[in-house]
Amino acid sequence: MQLKLALPKGQLLQETSNLLHRSGLEVSGYDEQSRSYRPECAAMPDTFMKVFNEKDIPIQVAVGHYDLGICGQDWVEELIAKYPSSALVKIQDLGYGRKDLCMAAAKTAGIESIDRLNGRAENIRIATEYPNLAEAFALSRRLKRFAIFPLWGGAEAYPPESADLALVSETPENPVNHDLVSVGTVLQSCAYLIAHRPSWESKNMSPLLDRLCAGVGRIQPLPDKRRAAGLSQEPAFSKRADGSDAIWLALADGHQQKPTLEFLARAGIVVSEDPLNPRRPAINLDGVNIKVIRPQDMPLQVANGNFDLAITGEDWLADHLFKFPSSPAKEILSLGFGRVRIVAVVSKKLPFESPQDFRAPLRRQDITSLRIASEYINIADKYARENHLSPCRLIPTWGATEAFLPEDADLLIENTQTGRTLAQHGLRIIDTLFESSACLIGSTQDARGIKAKRIADIIQRLERTLK
Amino acid sequence: MQKRCKGNRDLLPQEMESFRLVEEAFRSSCIKWGYEEIRTPTLEYLHLFTSTGTLTPSMLGRVYSFLDWDGWTGERVVLRPDGTIPTARMYIESLTQASPAKLFYVENIFSFEETGRESRERWQCGAEMLGSSSPSADVELVMLAQEILRKLGITGSTLYLSHAGLIRSLLRELGIDSVEQDRIFDQIMDGNASEIMKTMATENPKLRDSMSLLFDLSGSSPGFIQNVKATLVRDFPRLEAGIDDFLAIAQLLADMGCVYQVDMALGKGFEYYTGVIFRFQLGTQKLGGGGRYDDLIPLMGGGDVAACGFALDLDRLAGITKRPDDSKSTILVRAEDAGKIDKVIFETANLMRQSGYRADLDQGYAGTTKHRWILSIRGAKGKPGFVLTNQSSGKTTELDSISEILGILQVANATKTGPT
Repeated sequence: MQLKLALPKGQLLQETSNLLHRSGLEVSGYDEQSRSYRPECAAMPDTFMKVFNEKDIPIQVAVGHYDLGICGQDWVEELIAKYPSSALVKIQDLGYGRKDLCMAAAKTAGIESIDRLNGRAENIRIATEYPNLAEAFALSRRLKRFAIFPLWGGAEAYPPESADLALVSETPENPVNHDLVSVGTVLQSCAYLIAHRPSWESKNMSPLLDRLCAGVGRIQPLPDKRRAAGLSQEPAFSKRADGSDAIWLALADGHQQKPTLEFLARAGIVVSEDPLNPRRPAINLDGVNIKVIRPQDMPLQVANGNFDLAITGEDWLADHLFKFPSSPAKEILSLGFGRVRIVAVVSKKLPFESPQDFRAPLRRQDITSLRIASEYINIADKYARENHLSPCRLIPTWGATEAFLPEDADLLIENTQTGRTLAQHGLRIIDTLFESSACLIGSTQDARGIKAKRIADIIQRLERTLK
Repeated sequence: MQKRCKGNRDLLPQEMESFRLVEEAFRSSCIKWGYEEIRTPTLEYLHLFTSTGTLTPSMLGRVYSFLDWDGWTGERVVLRPDGTIPTARMYIESLTQASPAKLFYVENIFSFEETGRESRERWQCGAEMLGSSSPSADVELVMLAQEILRKLGITGSTLYLSHAGLIRSLLRELGIDSVEQDRIFDQIMDGNASEIMKTMATENPKLRDSMSLLFDLSGSSPGFIQNVKATLVRDFPRLEAGIDDFLAIAQLLADMGCVYQVDMALGKGFEYYTGVIFRFQLGTQKLGGGGRYDDLIPLMGGGDVAACGFALDLDRLAGITKRPDDSKSTILVRAEDAGKIDKVIFETANLMRQSGYRADLDQGYAGTTKHRWILSIRGAKGKPGFVLTNQSSGKTTELDSISEILGILQVANATKTGPT
């Protein structure tokens, strides 16, 4: 009987690898350097393993693609908060990957306890990678009116200008950013072994479980950091960015950062990094503030007026506008660098050359429900609708999407520069949806006065550089 | 085979007939009592339901909330989880001139149910009176609900009464801090009074005695409430106002010949109740209920407007209401030469309908049908001839004119769709 185990990449990879080693499971191809997504274990030849971004693992286990998985408890609770009947069983705290999920506010905001926000009539903006936990928390704490900004990352950069609260993770090695203060612990999380409930109920997984549980050391309980501090003064809600004449420009982190900074330098805009505060670098333009955030999050932030301008990708703007067609976020300039194609991809093992080739097997129910995995969930949704790919299930992913084919998805909507990486993983492009490059975005709601002049100045500088 | 969404139900023709029967009984009673019909949208903003004093946390945890197509601001919307709060919102927005406003609605509400065995969409018949604080308003609503149940032929249901204001006053008087008061009140409103009692008995045995007088005992007359008053008000004088309100309502109901049980542990799932709460139950089946919610409209910024209301569970009532046997009322009109439906057939069927009968053209029914009468028409090109068959007796009569057909139907006292 084959068992399927989902393993995490990223921060939990090394400790999970150590756990497997302690459990007597020598796994090859599971380390930081490996480019394989399918490690192997000679001691357990019947166990199929695959490596995922840990955020994807609870979904993969819940839908039954994997019998067992290892990931942070935070992502398990994030799934259960929205989908309480998910077919998941939490089996064992693995004793590593400790972190606290804290609701944090800017120190300057004077919010020291979440209890003081209870019943407030003002809209409380919460920025987070954990939108479901944040909503459950807000409802349970009876916040009267709140808006949750789901993020791909960098939540700590948002308060106080772009959000009142950020739900962030804190570890002993990476405490909450020094500008923030925790106003309440939402969850104390650690790495967890989880199981698909029907597998747990019907399959004998004890040979693997015995080894894993034996490999887990004695677990130290976490100190309880929940606070219930009162406040002597009323919390001060931050003014939005449009409350002053300064404008806010969002720049991308990750691999888009370098070409963005080079392009800005050619336009005479010099951005100086601050090692102490890498998400708030300085700029050589008066009245302009910068924050470094994820490009995926920029259109929503611009739409909400938290940023006046942002340099993101046309792909992420399209994904945003497909979800919110009336959003005020708009493209101002196409910047030409960071060019990728957004493509539909299948495994070479499948005999499909175009999206239309899926229709007949779907009609015949050879494929009962087409599984489409993508980081671009709204683009993928629209693509499925327009190509009559029905019934289908969309599987949101958080990177390494190519690993999903062929076992865990039938079709990917993915970006590619040259197509070489896709080919190396045995994948075939069957359609190109559109081409995307970096772009400057702003809001259709016009700024006025000196803010408008500052925005126009940046646009002109970038336009001149393009010529 | 395509299947419906988990946790949802189709209403088949017979179920739909029962549904309309209940709806019509409810609508006609409400109109006769001076209530006016409204309808609120299916989508509302989530923040309408999130304040303390609206839904309990348990209900809030089951709402269907999501971002709309223009939800880029993060403002979430919900599929309406309750009928009262949207009605209060509508009153504040458009109807404050009317005082009191007597409103009613037939609306669906949505709440997630994990197993999918219960429907996640339920229909409510709701009536609200906004702008009256008199105990007689509460009594009017109880009597209206009772009339509707009677009209539907539902006998043997029990009316249970409780008083949310009294419970709140007692929790305050017992010195429980405000956060804990809210938590305990929510638990009681979620129907967990006995668990709360057990916890309190362990944590503070003294509190238990006072709570026990209210929650462990039940009564069936104003005398019971008088007894509670005599026992509790000496120690907790601030309970008097709540008890007197409860007493006034219970007395007027008794004067009206209304039989009830006082059960303070009645859970309702809503935080907004401030005064009397009531429920109709048939065995273990909850048929509906309501109560007074004087703080809701002030909480929503609508000024100092007292209100009360009730909702009946339309799905449940439809399930237990006996439908009249309507098979008698229908006539199947068919061409003797099967399949040849022409102008004469259409005209004959129309004449039947104009005379108040249900005339169903035979477009190819197979086998025996449920119609009581079958009218076969022959010789359509010349002067038509008719054969009328009574399916229940098997008697067949040949006839030459419509008036002869109507005569036989009248004699047989066939049930008509409209007034005879």
